[in-house]
Amino acid sequence: MIKRRDFLKHSVAASALFGLQSRLAFARAQTDSRFVFVLLRGAMDGLAAVPAYADSAYRKQRGSLAIAKPGSVNGALDMDGFFGLHPSLPELHRMYQQKEVIVAHAVASSYRERSHFDAQKQLENGTGCPLGAKDGWLNRALTNLSGSSMDAIALSQNIPLVLHGDAKVNSWSPAVLPEADSDTLARIARMYERDDFFFEQFESALKTRAMAGEPDKSGMTGRRMGRGKQSMDAFVRASGRFLQDEDGPRIAVLESNGWDTHANQGAHTGQLANKFSQLDANLALLKKELGKVWENTVVVVVSEFGRTVAVNGSNGSDHGTAGAAFILGGAVNGGRVVADWPGLGNSNLYQRRDLKPTLDVRAIFKSVLHDHLQISTKVLNKTVFPDSDRVTGLRDIIIA
Amino acid sequence: MTTNTKTVIASNRFGFGAKPGDLSRIGTSPREWLQRQIERPAGLSANRADLKSSREAVQSFLSLRDKKREKDVSAGVIRMARSMRPVYMDFVMARSIQAIQSPSPFYERLVHFWSNHFAVSADKPQMLGLVGTLEFEAIRPHVNGRFSEMLMAVEKHPATLTYLDNFQSIGPNSLIARHAGKRKRERKFGINENLAREILELHTLGVNGGYSQTDVTNFAKVITGWTYGGVFKNRADRGKAGEFVFNELMHEPGSQRVMNRSYTHKGIKQGEAVLRDLANHEQTAAHLAGKLARHFISDTPSSESIGKLSQAYLQSDGHLPTVYSTLIGLDEVWDLTFSKYKTPNDYVYSVFRTLNFIPETPEQIAGPLSVLGQAPFRSGSPAGWPDTATDWTGGEALFKRVEFAVSVADKVGNRIDPLALSELILGQTLSEQTRQSLSRAESGQQGLALLFASPEFQRR
Repeated sequence: MIKRRDFLKHSVAASALFGLQSRLAFARAQTDSRFVFVLLRGAMDGLAAVPAYADSAYRKQRGSLAIAKPGSVNGALDMDGFFGLHPSLPELHRMYQQKEVIVAHAVASSYRERSHFDAQKQLENGTGCPLGAKDGWLNRALTNLSGSSMDAIALSQNIPLVLHGDAKVNSWSPAVLPEADSDTLARIARMYERDDFFFEQFESALKTRAMAGEPDKSGMTGRRMGRGKQSMDAFVRASGRFLQDEDGPRIAVLESNGWDTHANQGAHTGQLANKFSQLDANLALLKKELGKVWENTVVVVVSEFGRTVAVNGSNGSDHGTAGAAFILGGAVNGGRVVADWPGLGNSNLYQRRDLKPTLDVRAIFKSVLHDHLQISTKVLNKTVFPDSDRVTGLRDIIIA
Repeated sequence: MTTNTKTVIASNRFGFGAKPGDLSRIGTSPREWLQRQIERPAGLSANRADLKSSREAVQSFLSLRDKKREKDVSAGVIRMARSMRPVYMDFVMARSIQAIQSPSPFYERLVHFWSNHFAVSADKPQMLGLVGTLEFEAIRPHVNGRFSEMLMAVEKHPATLTYLDNFQSIGPNSLIARHAGKRKRERKFGINENLAREILELHTLGVNGGYSQTDVTNFAKVITGWTYGGVFKNRADRGKAGEFVFNELMHEPGSQRVMNRSYTHKGIKQGEAVLRDLANHEQTAAHLAGKLARHFISDTPSSESIGKLSQAYLQSDGHLPTVYSTLIGLDEVWDLTFSKYKTPNDYVYSVFRTLNFIPETPEQIAGPLSVLGQAPFRSGSPAGWPDTATDWTGGEALFKRVEFAVSVADKVGNRIDPLALSELILGQTLSEQTRQSLSRAESGQQGLALLFASPEFQRR
């Protein structure tokens, strides 16, 4: 592991910071536990990711979206004889077999409408309604750690709602512009001194850049400036670097867009299958990049809601309710599917169209924050997820 | 507050910032300057004939789609993207030249506002050539008209019908579905509720506008058949390729109930009636008033201001110029200074306007906009780009703006006196801290970077 002071020597951002005589380090972390939150925006089809192939209604309900049984050509990757994983998630399946993955199914937040944007707000603010709080649950968790301190980083230019709030949060994305000289940066910092909005963001950026070291252009290979979206690889690699640094952040948030498959979703191949392949490769890359700290890591992958059980008129699926979530990492007591399965028969569906939710997604968040990051139940119920007493965490998700 | 500050507000909050000379042109009557732009906006500088129409864009992706079926799918997608990219870039260039050069910057800001309200995004290759056409064909002509007219034009536009999947939404009891049923065809026909939902949630009533899932489903049935020619390759096709058509074969027959009203109309009239009622709904007025106020006043506009805008909308039957006039007559507008954090879009255009820099290639604009997080016509969601400071905060986001400011100043070099320039574009509104930083800069170039990075320049 590179010691931070080594690359401070040649980081322009760091010398600008010295000019400022600012508090240099990230808040010194008191815990070895790492937590990565991955948000799939757009509503991932949980029944495509985790087909309940042995449900007697599965094939008929899903129609052209159905995945074949395990063992057949392009069939699902079996987990427990009832649920499988999509054939484009082989790495995740391998980790499942190594008992590093818990798959949760029929999961949803308590939001019951079908707007992406409100659903994401509610998922991220951690309350019972879309406008329930202006800050995010993960930020409130940061401010309520007793006896330890932790930093978080958003692997994106702008900070997502789940990390908005009183605790200072950093953000990072690959550098693409020529680095500015340290004298100019120091002058800009001084110019911002009387404006908190600018000063705090700028200071956090200088610190993050200093920790990231030399600019990483890996996300930019073969890509002209201004073309398309950056691949997620660079963000995943950076999470690995930040979380491995002994003085670095302990919590990272990654986002992925483009899960809203209203048309031509595909089954074992196609649009959604390609998204699964990317996600699968990124989760495997995250494990690799985290190296030794993978042992202390929990990754949670969720989406704002699921999709309709039936195929729609354009070989896609419309906005639904419950979906699937993944909990993985070296610290996870995995190798099982957690689901109070509601069934796929018409009468079992929510409003006769969606997978019925039987698990509140906050149960997952709460068990990770409690068992992995040692946040007390009292703080969880009162501040992090207000009025969530009846939502109890999952049992034994962390290796004892 | 001095006239000078109001002049800066007019050019900055309502436009893309001043270019040298603008402040003296606005002079002592900033409100009148804005009003004139509502009544007599300057025209387009780009030649419309150089821009592709949505019909041509649809035709080219339909023909590529047909070719692509034959063999390798990914090669087809790449070919589509390659052939559409120049079309996309032409629109980026055209809207950029308007934003940088137009003597009616308020009007241009309104174009961007409505274009974002009805956002379509170049996320799929077939959208690349189409995204810009919506702004030029359906938004621009109606910015100074009635909201209902803009709404109607947008919902019938091929870009919207493609982006929100309605072009292939088919009523389960439509003639096509029944015919296929008889022949026991494999393919299942049904509705796609994406467009109906987003019209209610994003375009008109707003997410808390009081509609239910049943309203969404029924409305989706109402607008089945709203498509364009060329979707089918057989006798079921209607209209001219790439042009809006109501295809009666796809339409779900019968009356439908939406938002507690029955619509017994036949054919396209049914959907038009729903849209007209939605446009006149008081929830729509409140939704649009709130968005306009947050965009042009502050992240937390007073409920009084929103109420006045909403009233103006309802009393004028959604006549947008009346709403804009009310907006620029609000006290709050002129009392607050620098109350909005510029989005990357506003920021980049204001830098180029300050320098009166006309890009030679669209990449010179699309590049920085995408690096700063707001690639043109690529919001990635029908909700469009977010509009408040919290949405755009993040150390890295600010740092990239600073790097952009420095790299622009490096290209300009030492030929500009930053303090003098600051007076030409921001008058006397710089804080002492910023003024000092600029005056102590070691070179004109560094001073210019500081000006572009300054809190005053980044707010409006």
